[in-house]
Amino acid sequence: MASDKVKTFTDSNFGTETSKGVVLVDFWAEWCAPCRRLAPTVDALASDYDGRVTVAKMNVDENPEVPGNFAIRGIPTLLLFKDGQLAETIVGLQSKEDIAAKIERLL
Amino acid sequence: MAEHRVVIIGSGPAGLTAALYTARANLKPLLIEGLEAGGQLMLTTMVENWPGFRDGIMGPDLMAEMRAQAERFGAEIIQNNVTKVDLSQRPFPISMADGRTLLADAVIIATGASARWLDIGSDRKLSGHGVSTCATCDGYFFRGKPIAVVGGGDSALEEATYLTRFASKVILIHRRDTLRASKIMQDKAFANPKIEFMWDSEIASVNDVEKGEVTGVTVRNVKTGALTEVALDGVFIAIGHTPNTSLFKGQIELDANGYLVTHEGSRTSVPGVFAAGDVQDHVYRQAITAAGSGCMAAIDAERFLEGLPGHVEQTHGSGLTAQA
Repeated sequence: MASDKVKTFTDSNFGTETSKGVVLVDFWAEWCAPCRRLAPTVDALASDYDGRVTVAKMNVDENPEVPGNFAIRGIPTLLLFKDGQLAETIVGLQSKEDIAAKIERLL
Repeated sequence: MAEHRVVIIGSGPAGLTAALYTARANLKPLLIEGLEAGGQLMLTTMVENWPGFRDGIMGPDLMAEMRAQAERFGAEIIQNNVTKVDLSQRPFPISMADGRTLLADAVIIATGASARWLDIGSDRKLSGHGVSTCATCDGYFFRGKPIAVVGGGDSALEEATYLTRFASKVILIHRRDTLRASKIMQDKAFANPKIEFMWDSEIASVNDVEKGEVTGVTVRNVKTGALTEVALDGVFIAIGHTPNTSLFKGQIELDANGYLVTHEGSRTSVPGVFAAGDVQDHVYRQAITAAGSGCMAAIDAERFLEGLPGHVEQTHGSGLTAQA
């Protein structure tokens, strides 16, 4: 299960939620096996960066608009924002250490 | 540094079967899953050729069962990724992404193979933005849209057929004028009104990298050299796999295509290092052959460990022979 440190974003609150600070968004779906594999990594990052980085999940089945805007055609995809600006796109499975290195560069 | 008798690298059918057998032989195996945990079957839907399941079984379900079965007999499975292996000294030091290093008296390499890309640059750049190597992961994004599948083997035709559930049209781009795929897959694909074929063709570039999404492909006819622009929204690449052996390069015998070379069962060129599954098999590449070779590697590793100096015969005997 997703950790309580991981937020859930939707098409309607995405803009306001990503406007400030460093935000990591995990685009996923129920039917996506690699997404399930990545989920514990995202949970761990949320704990490691608690209070410093907002970590959120976005279900692409329920929220088609934002994935469309960012031309996301494959999941899992992680988007990393700094103050509302897209800083990094991470496609597919990546190790926790590699994702953390990308976060560190923005802090 | 923690020392283990057997460390297994990889968690597809080969790795998990090796874990099951070495666990039952009381070798207390440690299995390091890797990033693509569960292996290629995690990306499939129904597996219809795994013996014992007459109605088929979903790939991810089969892998979950294998994992649970290995754990039931005491295999320790950790979610981590190997970053470095030193095969020049035994016990073999194995470093992981979290910075830990452990030692293994015997290593079973079951790192599998990963999907090959086209090597044209633009395909990689648009990965996740319309180019994919996984139909079951990404087909959903192409509902009602035209797409292409590249390749001519069983997996290309399987992907093409699967993708017709979503796409308005699937163009199969193949560099020859005949398919390598099995007759049953060919019949299925030829009978599908949504699948079109572009023969003797290869993708010169996937467009549009500038825009950050797939708008079409430039296709080259390999016989005439003629270039054609085809507008479409997605490209699925199914041109085979490359073995995941970069960790071992220069330390162990690999063949010209990078596959681990095995002899006398699962033995590699380094004593104490065994290989199983797709990382050493470019011929059969089936879940069942991978599992079978995982079992072989477990038995070979057990015999190797028994022959090491200082080995103490266990009074309760071998799990492999006693409980088989």
